[in-house]
Amino acid sequence: MISFTLWDLARNLLLAARWTLLLSAIAFLGGGIGGLLLLVLRYSGRAPVKRAVALYIELLQGTPLLMQLFLVFFGLPLLGIDVSPLLAAAVSLTLYASAYLGEIWRGCVDAVPRGQWDASASLGMRYFTQLRDVILPQAMRIALPPTVGFLVQLVKSTALASIVGFNELTKTGEILTNATFQPFLIYGLVAAIYFAICYPLTFFARALERRLGLAG
Amino acid sequence: MALPETAQAETQPMIELRDVSKWYGDFQVLNQVNLKVGRRERVVICGPSGSGKSTVIRCINRLEEHQKGRIFVDGIELDADFKHIETIRREVGMVFQQFNLFPHLTVLRNLTLAPMRVRKTPRKEAEELAMHYLRRVRIPEQANKYPAQLSGGQQQRVAIARALCMEPQVMLFDEPTSALDPEMIKEVLDVMIELAEEHMTMICVTHEMGFARTVADQMVFMDKGRIVEMAPPQAFFSDPKNERTRLFLGQILSH
Repeated sequence: MISFTLWDLARNLLLAARWTLLLSAIAFLGGGIGGLLLLVLRYSGRAPVKRAVALYIELLQGTPLLMQLFLVFFGLPLLGIDVSPLLAAAVSLTLYASAYLGEIWRGCVDAVPRGQWDASASLGMRYFTQLRDVILPQAMRIALPPTVGFLVQLVKSTALASIVGFNELTKTGEILTNATFQPFLIYGLVAAIYFAICYPLTFFARALERRLGLAG
Repeated sequence: MALPETAQAETQPMIELRDVSKWYGDFQVLNQVNLKVGRRERVVICGPSGSGKSTVIRCINRLEEHQKGRIFVDGIELDADFKHIETIRREVGMVFQQFNLFPHLTVLRNLTLAPMRVRKTPRKEAEELAMHYLRRVRIPEQANKYPAQLSGGQQQRVAIARALCMEPQVMLFDEPTSALDPEMIKEVLDVMIELAEEHMTMICVTHEMGFARTVADQMVFMDKGRIVEMAPPQAFFSDPKNERTRLFLGQILSH
């Protein structure tokens, strides 16, 4: 049996964590754009568009992320589209994140008092100006804690990508465990790395919240 | 058209409501309301809560849509044409019961936002305009504070200044003192009286009858979605014609 030093293990896991970070970033950016799009469609679209958006959100929130991942990974090849594990994971996490973020942000826009729409409309602002200068800045402050909360969730959800064979942090942990038979040590390290990614996010959000709180 | 354009503009009412009706579901909130407000005229609307008085003025700038009848502002009809709505909103300022200042912006930015975004006024000019109106409502020193740092009376004066920064031809006041502590009502009313004395066209929904007596050209009493009585203040207060008006005035003037 080959023996690994602790540093060997940690180094391999840290290298794999880059893929976890990349996947999280893609899903969050893609999900953010998608969520914003859903938000705008929900607020300004016609009735059938609004219903379609609502249905999309219901479907993605009402099914396990793992099933969505399987459907993309095994489904797209049936349509003749070859998908790599990274692509499948990125697509399904993006769809998943857009549904959640769209719904979270809708709640935040709804939480901005009605009077803010009235006041900005009475001053002659157009819909887009109202959103950009009056409603969204206030909604964003409300949205910050739940959005970061979801981002933390999303980082942890990327572990599911290991199941379709994407070599991120959890998958690498699994491979190393198979080679070293030290699951407690390896998965302990894996968990520590997830924590090291997520904790600063929460911390940063709290600091940002305090700063924005001054103007509120 | 016999009249030259300017003379016509003078005689044409600033605001005209013709048989305006509105329903919330089955409940009729406005029932064939007719109202003409001339240029530089100051009208005070009073009535029991739920009588539709706020709804009337919220229809004048299309914060709410009327379902029957016609509304004209400065000769422009308020209809589905979005251009008309925009033009009218630029010329009609509004002050709300709950102030509705933008909490994420400083007082100065609250005032400059609409001129810059809607009228495309350059920032420097917009800021000068804002300071001008802040001086008029007597709180120029609060320009860089956030709304939450001001008292209710100060916030409402900022709200008045914000509406004035668009240099509107008409000001609508929707119970502007109802959310204020008693000691702050006067500072807001003083600002409104000054505006009235400069003959700004105004429609005020208010229960401040002292203010109404001082500034109103016309008093309007509404009940159950209808205009029940309309008269100059002298006649309105001393000799109301309608039983319901008498009852209402008796209730609010008795204490």
